[in-house]
Amino acid sequence: MWKTILRRVLMMIPQMFVLSLFIFILAKQMPGDPFTGLITPETDPSRIEELRIQAGFYDPWYVQYYHWITNALQGDFGQSYTYKIAVSTLIGERGLNTFWLSLLSAILVYLIAIPLGMLAGRYQESFLDKSIILYSFISYAIPTFVLSLIFLFIFGYRLMWFPTSGTVDVGLEPGTTAYYWNKIYHLLLPAITYAILGTTSIIQYLRSEIIDSKTQDYVKTARSKGIPMRKVYTRHIFRNSLLPIAAFLGFTITGLLGGAIFIETIFGFPGMGNLFVSSVMSRDYSVITALVMLFGFLTLLGSLLSDIIMSIVDPRIRID
Amino acid sequence: MEQQNKEAVKFESSPPTGIQVVLREFKKDKLAMFSFIGITLLIIALLIAAMILNQEEVLKIKLLERYTEPGVNGYILGADEAGRDMFGQLIIGAKNSILIAISITVIAGIAGIALGIIMGYYGGFIDNLFMRIIDFFMTLPTLMIIIVVVTIIPKYGVIELILIITIFQWMGTARLVRSKALSEGRRDYVSASKTMGTSDFSIMFKGILPNLSSILIVDLTLSFAGNVGIETGLSFLGFGLPPSTPSLGTLVNYARNPLVLSEKWWVWLPASLLILILMLGINYVGQALRRAADAKQRLG
Repeated sequence: MWKTILRRVLMMIPQMFVLSLFIFILAKQMPGDPFTGLITPETDPSRIEELRIQAGFYDPWYVQYYHWITNALQGDFGQSYTYKIAVSTLIGERGLNTFWLSLLSAILVYLIAIPLGMLAGRYQESFLDKSIILYSFISYAIPTFVLSLIFLFIFGYRLMWFPTSGTVDVGLEPGTTAYYWNKIYHLLLPAITYAILGTTSIIQYLRSEIIDSKTQDYVKTARSKGIPMRKVYTRHIFRNSLLPIAAFLGFTITGLLGGAIFIETIFGFPGMGNLFVSSVMSRDYSVITALVMLFGFLTLLGSLLSDIIMSIVDPRIRID
Repeated sequence: MEQQNKEAVKFESSPPTGIQVVLREFKKDKLAMFSFIGITLLIIALLIAAMILNQEEVLKIKLLERYTEPGVNGYILGADEAGRDMFGQLIIGAKNSILIAISITVIAGIAGIALGIIMGYYGGFIDNLFMRIIDFFMTLPTLMIIIVVVTIIPKYGVIELILIITIFQWMGTARLVRSKALSEGRRDYVSASKTMGTSDFSIMFKGILPNLSSILIVDLTLSFAGNVGIETGLSFLGFGLPPSTPSLGTLVNYARNPLVLSEKWWVWLPASLLILILMLGINYVGQALRRAADAKQRLG
């Protein structure tokens, strides 16, 4: 078990290496350089040249890559040219926002998906089941940005139930209860949107798992012992079907990351996805490379996590 | 009598192939048939309307007509901030989005099928090499990398966009075809063809490929829907089609201005709903085809 996990982790190293090389070369090809933004009529051209030389702009690319990767391994991704602070500080700040959003979304995903999946499986072929299947189909087919915009329009602008951007209202004292409630309040609409989009696979998996369980011997045994069907569902079948659902956690994380770019941009939420879009716009490539690396790493980690949970839950599945 | 016999013999000698079974099953699913006909008619109507429409007239800037409301002055769906007719832009945008998605699906489909069959049929080194490459591509944060690549390309247009998205979209098909070709390649008919001296090319593309037709039609339909989503999503973020070429995504992109989003719904909502209808319709057809292709879920 530990051996296979270790092997998987070691396999991530060449993958991350190729990704880093790939993204570094891409970032170097981006038109303009970060200093073009600094040029004003008063700037001395020689000063810009000096800055370029200082930043190693004219070194061969492998030298630049070597500097970048050795620093990156120590957590130093350089300086953001637009925000004038260290990239790691910037991403840490934004990442924390994305983390809270993802956490709330993941909780909501499971809160929505588990009851729906259970009900659909239990009342198979009923009207309820068909409505749940329809819901999960729509949430599968609808593009993230369309749902987000429609929700923002209806609940944010028309009904005014939720704030339309930001993480917290101005003028609230940090640390107070009101402050934290206000933060959660800001998180709610994007998190609900996220959660609705993320439920499909869990509902479908849970539903078919429960339908399969119905004919299992342990259910018959429980029934013949005289346990009411309601209890068989809530105790026996539920517990057996729930474990594999845990394995979806990894996929949920990966899915959340993919949606972050759209959701954060639309809801004006200052997280990593939003940061990525604005960095690409302003050619802030130290931030871009760091974010792509981080997302690539987290995607790998998510699928590894799923595989590990799966093999713990179901020993028949061995990862290799 | 003789006629009947002949038919019976014919039927026995050639059992329905994958695609025929799928179509026969598909016809039984009324809702799927309805959405298939509906979505096909919608796409054809949009393409024809876009051909008839005078594009220059639609895209002409008329500042006086700025944000005209729907139904006023002959603007069926109102006008945007530059006074351009939204209804006309919607049709042109839909045409662009659909054609781009079809191109990506076809190019990525051909590449994926060819590569997948070759990998599955030959196995060994080629298979291992490309599986590594596919695994690598699968774990990439694709959307971010497409965005970075889009900003790098100096002369950037529709064809470049199609190619960039294609580079990141062939893996799914290749992997699917490979796994099917792998099991198909061990069948007796392939061994028989080999003994008879049929060339590898013929076995792969005339022998194995037709047997994969049913799963391919499912896969391509679903990736068509996915590609509509990717193109419109990129254009929405501002990294897809340039603003001069309307796509459904660039129209929805107007909603990034809070004023447009909250007050001028006619600028962005119709395009969003059209994307929604296309995605629901195509995906529904794709899922119904998948059910039809899956022997366990046949209706009978």
